Amino acid sequence: MTAISLQNLDVSYDGNRVVKGATFDVAEGESFALVGESGSGKSTVLKAIAGLAPEWAGTIEVLGKPRSHRPDRALARQCQMVFQDPYGSLHPRKTVDSVLSEALKIHGLGNRDERVEQVLTDVGLDRRFRFRYPHQLSGGQRQRVAIARALMLEPKVMLLDEPTSALDVSVQAEILNLLKRLRAEHNLTYLMVSHDLPVVGFMCDRMAVMTKGEIVEIAPGTALHDGAFTHPYARALYAASGG
Amino acid sequence: MSEPLLSVRDLKVSFPTHTGRVNVVDGLGFDLGRERLGIVGESGSGKSMTGRAILRLIRPPGRVTAERLRFDGTDLLTLPESKMRPIRGARISMVMQDPRYSLNPVMTIGRQIAEALRMHENLGRAATRARVRDMLEAVQINDPDRVSQMYAHEVSGGMGQRIMIAMMLVPRPQILIADEPTSALDVSVQAQVLDLIDDLVRDHGMGLILISHDLNLVARYCDRIMVMNAGRVVERCDAADLAQATHPYTRGLLAAVPRMHETRETLPVLDRSQWEGT
Repeated sequence: MTAISLQNLDVSYDGNRVVKGATFDVAEGESFALVGESGSGKSTVLKAIAGLAPEWAGTIEVLGKPRSHRPDRALARQCQMVFQDPYGSLHPRKTVDSVLSEALKIHGLGNRDERVEQVLTDVGLDRRFRFRYPHQLSGGQRQRVAIARALMLEPKVMLLDEPTSALDVSVQAEILNLLKRLRAEHNLTYLMVSHDLPVVGFMCDRMAVMTKGEIVEIAPGTALHDGAFTHPYARALYAASGG
Repeated sequence: MSEPLLSVRDLKVSFPTHTGRVNVVDGLGFDLGRERLGIVGESGSGKSMTGRAILRLIRPPGRVTAERLRFDGTDLLTLPESKMRPIRGARISMVMQDPRYSLNPVMTIGRQIAEALRMHENLGRAATRARVRDMLEAVQINDPDRVSQMYAHEVSGGMGQRIMIAMMLVPRPQILIADEPTSALDVSVQAQVLDLIDDLVRDHGMGLILISHDLNLVARYCDRIMVMNAGRVVERCDAADLAQATHPYTRGLLAAVPRMHETRETLPVLDRSQWEGT
């Protein structure tokens, strides 16, 4: 079964088309990457799927159900997003506990105490962090909270927008290992945006190379080993990354 | 051997916290000639503070002490602020991380670069304009006259960083401190900007201090490397010998970076207890 299916997706901001005819399928349990430079439209694709960029045309299907243009509660249960900057994506005046419980309240789920404890264990955070505020945490700990928040509703699909580019290399290694472990444990599907090809090589099975709003090539992760890209832009990106 | 351009001994930078003063740079020492020195470390290691301390950009309550901080025969520590200004920017200059925050949004590019020049040299209007033009050409901006008229928000990140470099190099400094000059830029632009800094540093016979968290990048563009952790230098080596680094912190950092030909299932994680107390 396909977890995410995009057909001819166009996304615009104020009438300005920034994604043009994006088409790809991500199988359930797969880890798929969107790579490209800033301004290539890769994050916009994620935002459209998550419902944060409502000006889109084409088809978005998540786990076989087409997405509407409205906020979609059922979709939120199955598909969650982790943002790039853990310093900006957590509410500064909410404790970790209230950030994590909020989704449960919205969806009317019980057993909150247990679920919060469980998800904190899952992402490797000690329980003493539960009642702290974001400013009392390091960057890596905040990104763990952001991942925990996304996992709260036990989604099947995770949209990861440069989850480690704001972090130090040693912390990046910890978070990448965590994401990899969570995917195996919960059988998650990842759609990840990154500009860092080695990170993609570590995390993903396949990737789509984007430039100027268009997908120019879909390649397997092994292309990073042998440089087997066909499109000139993909080759240039590979060369610039030290391939 | 002649006296190095910049000589630093036992440099300490401290800030007050509620548990007393904390040394964020703790006893750092190095000499810099007309060469390229890389300072590597993670956030909080004190690498940026080192660059700022050299330029005396640390304001109270921060405090800088050193046994020696000499630049070209001048003691920078005891120099009055009025004498510091002709050095800062003109003879030692610094490229900051993000061009979006470092450029003046309400002044045209051309005027900003000219301002850097006017502060330090007494040139006529035509001569100033010519120098600005040459400098923009040197940083590979194709249409310098048009770009001079533009504002910071009208240029891309890579172009903004090239403009920053032009601004810093137009007074022809002897030392350039580049603090994470490319971490806000895309990979393809990163290489261009660093190649450019590299060419200019070689052509003008300048000293370069490249501050970055990216070990491999520093290894590619520097002659020597200092690895910092918690305010101290844990390892010094020639860039070519980085792969043979011995300190567990350096080795841990090197191993934690995913490689293009990645086959490892999990990445090794730094065991921070290994070198604590050393």
